[in-house]
Amino acid sequence: MTRYKMHLLVCGGTGCRASAADSITESLKESLQEHNLQDEVQVIMTGCFGFCEKGPIVKVLPDNTFYTEVKPDDTGEIVEEHLIKGRQVDRLLYEAPEGGKVKDSKHMDFYKKQIRIALRNCGFIDPENIDEYIARDGYFALGTVLSEMTPQQVIDQVKESGLRGRGGGGFPAGLKWEFAYKNQEQPKYVVCNADEGDPGAFMDRSILEGDPHAVLEAMAICGYATGADKGLIYIRAEYPLAIKRLKIAIEQAREYGMLGEGVFGTDFNFDVQLRYGAGAFVCGEETALIHSMEGERGEPTFKPPFPAESGYLGKPTNVNNVETYANVPVIINKGAGWFKKIGTEKSTGTKVFALAGKVNNVGLIEVPMGTTLREVIFEIGGGIKDGKKFKAVQTGGPSGGCLTEEHLDTPIDFDNLLAVGSMMGSGGMIVMDEDDCMVSVAKFFLEFTVEESCGKCAPCRVGNKRLHELLERITQGKAEKKDLQRLKNMCHVIADTSLCGLGQTAPSPVLSTMENFWNEYVAHVEDQRCPAGSCKDLMRYEIIPENCVGCTACARKCPVGAITGERKQVHEIDQDICIKCGACVDACKFDAVTIK
Amino acid sequence: MGKIKSLEDLKKKKQDLQKKVDLREKADDAESYVQIKVGMATSGIASGAKEIYDFLVEALEKRNVEAVVTQAGDMGYSYAEPTIEVTKPGEEPVVFGYVTKDKADEIIERYIKRGELVDGILPQNYRTIDEE
Repeated sequence: MTRYKMHLLVCGGTGCRASAADSITESLKESLQEHNLQDEVQVIMTGCFGFCEKGPIVKVLPDNTFYTEVKPDDTGEIVEEHLIKGRQVDRLLYEAPEGGKVKDSKHMDFYKKQIRIALRNCGFIDPENIDEYIARDGYFALGTVLSEMTPQQVIDQVKESGLRGRGGGGFPAGLKWEFAYKNQEQPKYVVCNADEGDPGAFMDRSILEGDPHAVLEAMAICGYATGADKGLIYIRAEYPLAIKRLKIAIEQAREYGMLGEGVFGTDFNFDVQLRYGAGAFVCGEETALIHSMEGERGEPTFKPPFPAESGYLGKPTNVNNVETYANVPVIINKGAGWFKKIGTEKSTGTKVFALAGKVNNVGLIEVPMGTTLREVIFEIGGGIKDGKKFKAVQTGGPSGGCLTEEHLDTPIDFDNLLAVGSMMGSGGMIVMDEDDCMVSVAKFFLEFTVEESCGKCAPCRVGNKRLHELLERITQGKAEKKDLQRLKNMCHVIADTSLCGLGQTAPSPVLSTMENFWNEYVAHVEDQRCPAGSCKDLMRYEIIPENCVGCTACARKCPVGAITGERKQVHEIDQDICIKCGACVDACKFDAVTIK
Repeated sequence: MGKIKSLEDLKKKKQDLQKKVDLREKADDAESYVQIKVGMATSGIASGAKEIYDFLVEALEKRNVEAVVTQAGDMGYSYAEPTIEVTKPGEEPVVFGYVTKDKADEIIERYIKRGELVDGILPQNYRTIDEE
């Protein structure tokens, strides 16, 4: 049996593979053979290290030496110097931006880019076992709060930490708690907003599925701080696994006396119940959420009165989102000062993002506030798929905006994103490449808001529908120049006059794509051309006469009979009949069909 | 199961439970079994984590490997689901992505039994709050 003493990990991500990772692996193995080390050192191809900028990467275990930009020719030196003589190959070591070579990966800033606070137990403990949560300091914060702190002290601690609402708005959580605390009316309610609805976002679901007790504990802490004894979690019914795990967690917490009558043997009572949403996007807005819980229609109402004044059943109510709550126990345990040190001055702590779209490492990440988009997309995300060019990133879901190349070095926090015309939102991040048409992207998000509009106020119900129709016309090449001005005006009216956040922010994707990609809009309107080549109606399939041999293959495949031509004669596509399905391109063996 | 009546109670309880996750926190524990965590959030399950979980439990038992297989939440590597994390006694945890039954079999036979690393390792790229 072979027992390897050392391992060489070669990055096998797409980026590194494109730059010769395969031949590096081969030549490392050859060098090892030469020195008869093949039974002592093993070469492994791994997943992406995420550090594609400096690829190909070779990492040596157990000493964690991290070689960057390795070429197949370097492998001999690595084997002879490092493996045989035990000396690191200095010139291949990673050089830190501030100067100085980094000897091992544990000291690289890159690996400090992600830090998990809200996701601390996610993927670490068994979410269906309260014991594992306790073993990871679970319920200590609740115990500390109940036995050593007054409600005011708890609120001060949360205020001091600078924690802001992670659901989108970024309102200071401590301040919200204080409003509910100061309202003397009883009973009071603590509500957890788990109505995560942005397309492509799954931060909250992952927390509830991976660490449900963290949310329960934080809600109990909030209950103690605000003087509430009932907690309600509003969760969408299409999250069955999260619901199942929450139910198990609530049962276990009751059994242990962490919920129910006399929590921790004190006279504090607190219990949590679930309320199911039917998946309406607008119910993520807190007033609509409350109405939905009351059994009314899920429609927003004007604020004030805020939920802290008159919320669930007209009583004082504190509403926070899942991720916000998940941060609370850590703030109590580690202190506001510790938390404040992470992130930026006005946006403390970390933020969880669901990274999606045309990026290599689609996934769930948690980074300190102030991390730049470039770090998130190119380092953690591993860059754009298939080596394409980065075009834009949509943050804040259907309420946010598109950011471009020039914003890549903007540190991500609540205020910076607003300043550049987007928003934090709940943390969805959709990356787009050169093949994405920005007018279509705006249309996609608007389609979503039109579908999700509750219909209560006219600007949102009618206005967004009209916006969508205009965008549709643009992508079909039927719009006129003056339509662009109309589009812009309508956006502003809708944003100014809608009742709630859904309508007010619905035009954001349109406005921000117009701002950043004006030329694309103009090309659609003036030249009837889609620069990204993705709008079907603006495409033309044509046959190149020189290449066509008249084999009739395309004519036989065409589902609508748009292609005509005799055998061995050049064929022709009737543009009026063509539905742009592309079947002819696939059928042609002579590359005679082109897309214009 | 008794109720926890005070912070003191909880501390005591934690001490008893510490061992359970100690292995994951401090890999140099002397325990003699292997720990495997299967990422089983919705995305993991959708790509077949449940079958891998069942397969691992069965296969390990059949081959007499002393191991504890647990389910865990989302590890964040959505592009490479199903993902599993294997912690061998005294060693750092290793995460494997795109785990199929064949891959799981290879991991048991080659990594767990023989100590060879196999292709498909995902480098961990975040810190936990314990390190702060």
